[in-house]
This record gives sequence, structure tokens and C-alpha cells, in this order.
Amino acid sequence: MKEYTLSIYTEDQIGLLNRIAAMFTRRKINIESLNTSPTEVAGIHRFTIVIFSDEDAVNKLVRQIEKQVDVLKAYYNTESEVIWQEMALYKVPTNVIAEKVQVERLLRAHGARVVVLRKDYTIFEQTGHREETDKLVSILEPYGLIEFVRTGRIAIIKASSGFHDKLLEFEENSLQRDVLKTQEA
Amino acid sequence: MLKTQVKAASQTKHEVINGAEAVMQAIIGERIDTIFGYPGGAIMPVYDALFDYRDKVEHILVRHEQGAVHAAQGYARATGKMAVVFATSGPGATNLVTGLADAMIDSTPLVCITGQVPSALLGKDAFQESDVISLTMPVTKWNYQLTDPNEIPEVLARAFYLANSGRPGPVLIDITKDCQLKSFEYKGYSPCQKVRSYRPKPIIRPKYIEQAAEIINSAKKPFLIWGQGVLLGGAESELKKFVEKTGIPAAWTILGASALPTDHPLNVGMVGMHGNYAPNVLTNQCDVLIAIGMRFDDRVTGNVEKYASQAKIIHLDIDPAEFGKIIKPEVQVWGDCKETLPLLIDSVHPNQHREWKAEFDKLARSEYEEVIQNEIHPQEGELTMGEVIEVINELDQGNSILITDVGQHQMITYRYAKFTQSRSKITSGGLGTMGFSLPAGIGAQVGLPERSVISISGDGGFQMCLQELGTIMQHKIPLKILILNNHYLGMVRQWQEMFHDNRYSFVDIESPDYVKLADSYGIPGKSISERDDLKDGVRQMLEAEGAFVLEVHVTKENNVFPFVPPGASVSDIKLK
Repeated sequence: MKEYTLSIYTEDQIGLLNRIAAMFTRRKINIESLNTSPTEVAGIHRFTIVIFSDEDAVNKLVRQIEKQVDVLKAYYNTESEVIWQEMALYKVPTNVIAEKVQVERLLRAHGARVVVLRKDYTIFEQTGHREETDKLVSILEPYGLIEFVRTGRIAIIKASSGFHDKLLEFEENSLQRDVLKTQEA
Repeated sequence: MLKTQVKAASQTKHEVINGAEAVMQAIIGERIDTIFGYPGGAIMPVYDALFDYRDKVEHILVRHEQGAVHAAQGYARATGKMAVVFATSGPGATNLVTGLADAMIDSTPLVCITGQVPSALLGKDAFQESDVISLTMPVTKWNYQLTDPNEIPEVLARAFYLANSGRPGPVLIDITKDCQLKSFEYKGYSPCQKVRSYRPKPIIRPKYIEQAAEIINSAKKPFLIWGQGVLLGGAESELKKFVEKTGIPAAWTILGASALPTDHPLNVGMVGMHGNYAPNVLTNQCDVLIAIGMRFDDRVTGNVEKYASQAKIIHLDIDPAEFGKIIKPEVQVWGDCKETLPLLIDSVHPNQHREWKAEFDKLARSEYEEVIQNEIHPQEGELTMGEVIEVINELDQGNSILITDVGQHQMITYRYAKFTQSRSKITSGGLGTMGFSLPAGIGAQVGLPERSVISISGDGGFQMCLQELGTIMQHKIPLKILILNNHYLGMVRQWQEMFHDNRYSFVDIESPDYVKLADSYGIPGKSISERDDLKDGVRQMLEAEGAFVLEVHVTKENNVFPFVPPGASVSDIKLK
């Protein structure tokens, strides 16, 4: 079992999230993280989904996802093939922060920044890898961490040249390169 | 939102019509001539529009929406054309689900149009509201909910295009009642040619054809298995040319049946759990296995670990997701076999594999002696299913379209029925839906009124959709209905006998008097249980002008053999 990040380019269609999620449900694969966002191409959406699986299963899953009518292209990558980030928010009582300077030093050391500062609580934000945001949770817990939330992963494939070229192929229906890739996959 | 891709074709008329009328315009525009359906509250505007098209489109009123989908499946699989299904919201739509799942797994093209509660009531638990889009998502190739009549022409064009292109499948379009009623400026209907995110088929890469040909040309014991892809691609004659040029023995999956006539010398029978002996055993001896338009279903492969592991596998398919899904091919030829097979035919050398073919013949002879002759020509005892099928062979010479249900009679029919023409054997293969045969038979008969169509069921499956006798009665559909009654849910009983120590748990099923039942629908019928009456009974059924129900009481505890036990390798197929 390894961690895989799936990048799925789709049309902007109501219900497509259902259709894609159902493909994981059917195979009893848990979705660790899911993010949808627009892409650099207007009208095209991108799902970033993180799962734990073996390569054979993820390979087959991605082919099935790509088969969906409203999906333009789906890729899967291991952790080393993507640049990824997650963002976390931490709510901590302000009086503790004010009293214990140590906390602020810790926050600085972890690259967190203050988003909201109120009398009763302060909200910090940190962006980074899972282990970094997790670590800050364990550090803040003794200081009365009130609330913690983390986003889904967003990832960019190191090797990809963006989706523009790929989209042009779809528009022109010139599938040569695509055929090559799928047949050799 | 759907982006308009097709410019409105007929710019001349900009009439104002309502959504329901636009639905009918799309159906006419696609030259659909048959609708199977059932009206209800939320689909009433469409039915109202249909009323004016009664002379252009035939609407068959089924007795249950499941029957409508199965009928559309039978229609599509017999004719190669699409039919449309109409159903109302709520229970009307949920009743479609089994048929959609069946059509999805068996790659059958059809378009279902369901009514939906008015858009203002969506999500408010309105009367007869169900979330049909979510419910049918996993069992449709594509589905879409319409709330704006301006979208109707384009969305329906897309629905028809998607259903019947690439690897076909069912499409469902859900239309809210207000959308059906609302007027809009109609700009005409034009069929869809392309969807940006959808690739029905690829450009064929010669490299893979060459690689495949090279392997085939150097093969000593090549073996071919074809599936429904050959029928869906309309590549029957290409398949024939290919096997005749290469001399490769060829077997079929259950859905591939009838692409090559049974008496073709290179047709070596059916593969799979109850398939023929030779093709199953020799799957594990061939050096090259060519799989065309088939998907290595578990009922075909048996134990995958021990399936053709000695062979180089060449897989031809239109769906790239099938490559390596179950069996990893040496060469994957992605494309429509109608296009890839001719290229392959040009690149392979003429050959004959006489010695190799003789191995098939030898095993076929032992299968005949050990299994077949007792099944189709029993000398004594009660009637067998096999001998009924053999009488049909004798009397109609493989000219009828046989639609089977699911179970022992299905396996027996596929094993023993002869056929001469393509698309003349239809069954629920992937999903295994009991109750399929009667409504699917209706669809096939409606699509091909001149052909003889026989719906064959067991006593279990027939009782699952027998309400469709009403459809047959009302529309005077001359379908021949054969019930092979062994007074058991036979296939389950067989497994209980073999794997559960004869503990016959709830397989003992009683039947009504089928002749009386048919009579109440105005359909003549006959019930027989004696060998002496069999031929006359079958003849009477075949020669009947309209519908006819023939019940044949067959021996109760017959088992279907050969048999690849679950978990076993195909070459461990048992003859008894």
C-alpha cells in the first residue's frame, strides 16, 4: 500500500463528484483527501484525490475514471512525483499565547502565521505537508488548542506541462499522442 | 452547463414549442421508431406530445418499467438499432434500475427518458420524487437532469450519440415536469457528432497491429475467443475472414454467440463455466490467445491465476480500460474491431492448424459421448432441456432468435442451440437478470416482426416478469414462449447439490397452470411432459400465428455439465 495522488481533469458538470466518488466506493477504497478546483483552463475542473492503494489497483481505477464521459484525463502519481501542499487552521486561546512567549516562537519556527487575533482566541494558519501540520497540532495541544481544521491536498505534477496542450488535442480530436500513452501505459 | 458544440442545423424555423414537443422532435430526428414505456404523473406532458406522433412512432405499453428496459435491450440487441424508454418519476424511475444495470454490464445502447417532479419541488420529498440521477449514476454510461427546455435538443442529441457510440451503454435523461411544459424558442434538432471529453474510438496504431500479426504468424497453437464486441462492431464477416485465413480455432463467450454460425468448421464452441470441453481445456495449452471484444469475465476465466498463463495474449478492444483489467495482454490493440480486424487480416499469413484443430475435435468427441448425446438424445427417463433445444434445432434449422433467461435452461440453450445468423441469441450475460427473457423477447419481436423469436425461460425466471404477457396480449406480439419447467430453481439447486450437501434451501418453487394463465391473456398454450408429444408441441408453437406458450416439464434434478467449479482452472473442467 502506497500513497497516490490522483489528478482528474473534468468538465464542470453537476453530479460528477458523485460519479467519481462512487467509483472509489464500489472498490472499497477510502478517499483520504479530496479537493476540487478550477484549472488554468476556463470551464475545466480538477479533482485532486489522495488514496492509499497498490499500483495495480490505482492504475485500473484511473482507467475506469477516465472512461467516464465527462472526464477529460486522469493521472495518478506517487508522492515523489508531485509538489503538494495542505493548509491548516489552528484556534488557540489568546491569553495562553500572550502569557507563554514560547508558543509564539514555536509558531514562527513552524512557519505559521496569524490570521485573526481576538481577545478570546487567535487563529493561526500553516501550509505544508501532512506531517508538518500534524506536528503543530501536537505542539499546540498542551496550550489549549480549541479547534483544528485542514484542507484537502492540492498537488501539481512535477513533470507535466499543464493542461493546455492536452486540451488542444481534445478540441482537435487529434488523439495520436494520447493513444500512444494509453497503449503503452 | 453544456457548451453548445453543434450549430443549430435548421436555422429556418424558430418556432415556439414546449419541452415535451422538443423531446418528440429529438426522437423523430434520431429516426427512433419504437418506444417502450409506461405513463405517469411527471411524464404526462411528454405522453401528451407523443399522442400527436402515434403514426410515426410505435409506443408499446409494458406492464412494469423493468419490462420496458429489457424490451429496449432485446430490441437493440436483435436489430442493432436503439429504442427509447419512457417512465415516470419515483417508482417509475426506480423500476428501471435493474434493466439499466443489465444494459450497462452488457454494453447495450438505449436512452431512457424519465419524468421528474417540477424543479421547484426538487429535494423536498415531493410525491413520486426520487433522486434518479444519483440512483442511476453507477448503472448508466451518462445521465443528466434537464430543468431548462432550451437544453433539451442538445442534451438529447448528446444522449443518443453517447449511448450508441464507442462502447455502447444506457443513458438516462431526467426531465422535470415544468421543463416539459415550458415553451421556448426551438431552433431545430441536429444530431451530436462529438463530445470534447469523450473518445468513442482511437486512431489505430499500426505498430500494435504489426506486433500482433508477428506473434500470430509464428504461433503453433493459436486460439481465438471472441465476445460481443464483434457483434457491436458489426465485424462478423471480418471475424470470419480472419479465422478462415489463419485457420485459427475460434470460441465465443456467451454474449459473442452467433457471430459465426455453429456449423462453421472453425467454430469450436463456447468458453466458460458451462462452456464446451475443448475450448476450456485448450485455453491452457494454446501458445497465443487472441481475445476480440471480450472482457475476461470471471465466468469465462475461472481461476485467473491459472488462466492461459502459458500463452501470449493479444487483446483487441474498443475500451482501453479493459486492457489488463483481468488479464494482462502481451499486445493490446485498441480500436473498433471492425477497423482493426481488416488491418490484422492484411498482415497475417494464410495458415492451417490441422493438428491443433484435431485436438479440439478429439475433445469435442469425448464431450459428445460423455455429456451431449445423453442430454440431447436421451433414450429413456423424463424429458431433458437439451432434447427440447435439439427439437427446435431440427424443426427451425437455427433460424429463430432465441432469447433466454438465466439459469440451467440458459446454459443448455447456449450449449445446444444451433444458429445461422448473427444477433440471433440474446441473454442477460453480465448481470444474470432472471425475468429478462420475456420482455427482451417482446423487444426483439417488435424490432424484427418477420423473424421467429422464441423466449426461453425456466419456471423461476418466467414468474419474475410474467406480467408482460399483458403487453403481448394488447400489442398482439407473436412471440413464442417456451418454459422449461423443472419445478426447481435449478441452477441454485445444482450448486446446493454439489457444494452444500444436498441441502435444498428454498429452491423448490411451485408454478401456476401456465396454460390457464396464458389463456386468461388470450394466448394459446400447451403443456407437455412426454417424449412422444415433444416434437408436435414444439411444431405447434413454431407454427402458431400469434403468441404461444409451451410449457415442457423436464427432469427435476438434471445438472448442467461440463462445469468449471468455482475457483478451479478452466482446464480442470469436469465432464460429470
